[in-house]
Amino acid sequence: MNASNYVVLSAVLFSIGAVGVLIRRNALVVFMCVELMLNASNLAFVTFARTTGTLDGQVTAFFVMVVAAAEVVVGLAIIMMIYRSRRSASVDDASLLKL
Amino acid sequence: MTTLPALAGPVLSEAAPSAAEGVFNLLWLLIAFPLAGAAILLLVGRRGDGWGHILGTLTVLSSFIVATFLFVAEVGLSEESRAVQQTLYEFVAVGGYQVSVGLLLDPLSMAFVLLITGVGTLIHVYSMGYMEHDERRRRFFGYLNLFVAAMLLLVLADDYLILYVGWEGVGLASYLLIGFWQQKPSAATAAKKAFVVNRVGDLGMSLAIMVMFAAVGTSEILAVTGATERMDSSWLTAIGLLLLLAACGKSAQVPLQSWLLDAMEGPTPVSALIHAATMVTAGVYLVVRSGPIYQAAPAAATAVVVVGTVTLLFGAVIGTAKDDIKKALAASTMSQIGYMMLAAGLGPVGYVFAIFHLLAHGFFKANLFLGSGSVMHAMGDEVNMRVYGALRKIMPWTFVTFTVGYLAIIGVPPFSGFWSKDKIIEVAFDTSIAAGLAALLGAGITGFYMTRVMLMTWFGDKRWPAGAHPHESSPTIVGPLVALALLSLLGGAMELGFMPGGGIERWLEPATGYSETEHLLPTIAYPLITLAVVAVGVAWAWMVYGREPVPVTPPVGSPLTRAARADLYGDAFNEAVFMRPGQYLTRTLVYVDSRGIDGLVNGVAAGIGGLSTRGRRIQTGFVRSYALSMLGGAVIVIAALLLVRL
Repeated sequence: MNASNYVVLSAVLFSIGAVGVLIRRNALVVFMCVELMLNASNLAFVTFARTTGTLDGQVTAFFVMVVAAAEVVVGLAIIMMIYRSRRSASVDDASLLKL
Repeated sequence: MTTLPALAGPVLSEAAPSAAEGVFNLLWLLIAFPLAGAAILLLVGRRGDGWGHILGTLTVLSSFIVATFLFVAEVGLSEESRAVQQTLYEFVAVGGYQVSVGLLLDPLSMAFVLLITGVGTLIHVYSMGYMEHDERRRRFFGYLNLFVAAMLLLVLADDYLILYVGWEGVGLASYLLIGFWQQKPSAATAAKKAFVVNRVGDLGMSLAIMVMFAAVGTSEILAVTGATERMDSSWLTAIGLLLLLAACGKSAQVPLQSWLLDAMEGPTPVSALIHAATMVTAGVYLVVRSGPIYQAAPAAATAVVVVGTVTLLFGAVIGTAKDDIKKALAASTMSQIGYMMLAAGLGPVGYVFAIFHLLAHGFFKANLFLGSGSVMHAMGDEVNMRVYGALRKIMPWTFVTFTVGYLAIIGVPPFSGFWSKDKIIEVAFDTSIAAGLAALLGAGITGFYMTRVMLMTWFGDKRWPAGAHPHESSPTIVGPLVALALLSLLGGAMELGFMPGGGIERWLEPATGYSETEHLLPTIAYPLITLAVVAVGVAWAWMVYGREPVPVTPPVGSPLTRAARADLYGDAFNEAVFMRPGQYLTRTLVYVDSRGIDGLVNGVAAGIGGLSTRGRRIQTGFVRSYALSMLGGAVIVIAALLLVRL
């Protein structure tokens, strides 16, 4: 088993997720890209756990999954509130956080 | 002129001062009376307008009475133990620096006290009549009393720092009194000028006290003058020159002479008391009191002689061309004080005669000034002598007393000025031919300009302006004139041995030291030569002013006359050398401050404002751009961590 393949896959997934966060306009798609980044980091953790032979990496992956779930709950709730008041799910429309 | 040889004067034969007891316990009253008078008169307000002038005169009279009691008591003491000291209270007590306020009464200060209180009382009586129509008369007497108190503190102080307090006090009183008619811009400017020029001298005084403290550890007069053997000669020369600077400021000697003629803007009693008899003599007192310092520092003593000689000629030349009677007398004062400084710089041979001339000058100059005040009063406050003339029949009392003062100042025997000035010329010749010749020439010029004043005022034709009706003045004005005229006539008797105290030389010798000089010519030659030179001056003045009528408009005159009218360009020199460069410097500094320093501070603020305006544009409000900057920041942090690992 070649560990470097998995790490490269993880990097590619992470990059796709990062670019997606920056480029996509729909808030839900941005969220999905954030999930993609988290899963990419999970893959990397598990790969390295397998490489060193310990279980630390797999435990950390569990932590990451829990955090991701919590974050999704909060984030979707916020997006729902914004959609209800603005009738739009585009991130470009919520641009009041400026001087 | 070569440097005078180191003067090896006799050690002062005065014993250490004894503590005050008996009558001498009243010493502090001398200062307390006029000081209380000043406080009352200045604080009581308009209620005191009716009696203020009487109280003011009574306080100075009481000081004079106390002074005579003290004089009688002091004559009763033996010659070596005539110094009495009374300590009043601690002034400064800070670790190693202790100064207490104490009064020292010895023959030198006794002479001054009698002069100040005696002539002061006469001038106060004169002012009661002279200032009768002035509504601020009470304040005038308050300021006069303040002056007398400060001057007495100056001459009685036993510590240079306390002397400095009195020094500043007389400067303040002089400022207040010159600018008394404060609604006149010329008077206010003259008062400011007097104060500022005096301040330059005060700088010398305070530096001298600092040097004294550094060299000796104390500023007590007797301690400093007693420590001259232990001090390094550079310290002594420094102290001597700084004290000379102070004396020049107060006594209007070159180079700080420019304020005295402008000070004539003040009322005439002020000119008589402050700028003739007392304040301007404080410089001579300082030099004589610091005698041992000058004896141990020949360079400083030579400087004193040079200053005195230059000033006596300077003042005399200016006096020849002034048409304002008070300014002519003021120039004469400058010149006579030059004589005193010349004598004081010559060491123990000259101290006694400097003080003798100071006392005689106090009498006859106050007499002349008060007489001129009487004339001004009669001519409606007109000071220009070119519109006087033929007053002698109309104001006989003033004429006679003025003539007595005139004969005294030009040095005709048996008037007082002859005895004192003649001795100074004698001593000057014995020490340095150049100084002697200058003093002789000064005597001749004095004869010229005083005769000019006499001829223009009292003789000749009437040149009065329309509406003038001169009359003799009231008794309160004429009375002091008569008293001072008698003193000018008889003051020479101070030299006689049968006077209380044994004649002025024996009286002052324990305090100042006195030694005789070798005379080049027989003693009788000096007065004859002096009288001959004076006669030449008088005759010249008669030829110019006595034979033809005096023109009412001043003629153009020679370059020297025009220079003398412009105070020998003293004001022009001060303006060019000090005032204009000072103004440029101030303007440059203000420019640097407002453009440079303010510009720097304001520029920093503007720069930060500009930066923040640019930086504000990062806040776009777009979530995606914020996300991009977060990504960028994360990349930079990771790169930094990787670099550190490397």
